[in-house]
Amino acid sequence: MLEGLTILIFLQFTGELIAGVTRLPIPGPVIGLALLAGFALWRGRMPEPVVIAGDAILRHLSLLFVPAGVGLIAFGDRLAREGLLIVIVLVLSTAITMTVTALVFRALTRDDGDAA
Amino acid sequence: MTLRSLDPSAFWIYLAEQPLFFLAITLAAYLVGDRIAAATGRHPLANPVLIAILLVGAALLVSGTSHARYFEGARFVHVLLGPATVALALPIWRNRALIARHWRAIGAALGIGALVGIGSTLVLARLLGLSGATLASLAPKSVTAAIAMGIAEQVGGTPPLTAVLVIATGILGAVMVTPLMNLLRIRDYAARGFAVGIAAHGIGTARALQVNEKAGAYAALGMALNGLVTAILVPLLLFLFR
Repeated sequence: MLEGLTILIFLQFTGELIAGVTRLPIPGPVIGLALLAGFALWRGRMPEPVVIAGDAILRHLSLLFVPAGVGLIAFGDRLAREGLLIVIVLVLSTAITMTVTALVFRALTRDDGDAA
Repeated sequence: MTLRSLDPSAFWIYLAEQPLFFLAITLAAYLVGDRIAAATGRHPLANPVLIAILLVGAALLVSGTSHARYFEGARFVHVLLGPATVALALPIWRNRALIARHWRAIGAALGIGALVGIGSTLVLARLLGLSGATLASLAPKSVTAAIAMGIAEQVGGTPPLTAVLVIATGILGAVMVTPLMNLLRIRDYAARGFAVGIAAHGIGTARALQVNEKAGAYAALGMALNGLVTAILVPLLLFLFR
């Protein structure tokens, strides 16, 4: 657990460094994610400690959103003003995104032979 | 300050000075949310995170506690978002055989799905006259909150607002996916799963897993890949859009 967590935090830190040096507007942890996926696919293996620690954290991923989400209490005014319009945007764009993604995916798997 | 009396307000002041108290509150609220979700048979509308946020938020408002004070304790949970984001390489690694087999469909649906997800949000939000800060908070709403909050921070959005918009999007996607796909007559569980993973991240993925194992695998892959792609696309599209 500890070994894997160390690797994950080290990769996050490396990602933050890369983002800082290159001034890319991409979150450091996302660069760390790309580094880890790239490394595993290139070497053809994922280090076992990373699997153990990663699964442990991801199992309760949604818990990690609570502290930041509670910050919403400071934005009651904006939500009261724009809330309804925001919900309309969310419903429509989520439906459009799912529709387009599924149609594109299906169009390109039909000739792969195992679309079902 | 020490605990000298049983006066409720003094008791609260004592508790509110202990960072561990807010850490305990956070975990307890999440467990309550999780119990409620389990009691409803994990219905997407009974989302544990949303319940926990509402419970803790209400407690802070009622007691007049600032988010900064709360966060002194809760940050011990928050700090794990970084390593958790890096760990999203795991679903990509585990589903690499799917990528090798359907790389054209996955690549095209990922690129177009990510573009449409961000683009349709920005266009609709602009049409409805939403403010610029709200636009920047909305743009990454299809990807997991772990990544979306980081993106929002980069582009001048409001991370707490983004977290809640992301959760709302996940709930909407999870509720809409089955009726929408039936309406479109899309029966392939790979396409259905990938679509809900791209549009509605972890909450959509949890829903896909309930329905079908294959849909769940494609959803987890779509969620992780879209986290990467959306992190690159949001700054670009917002720049073009402004």
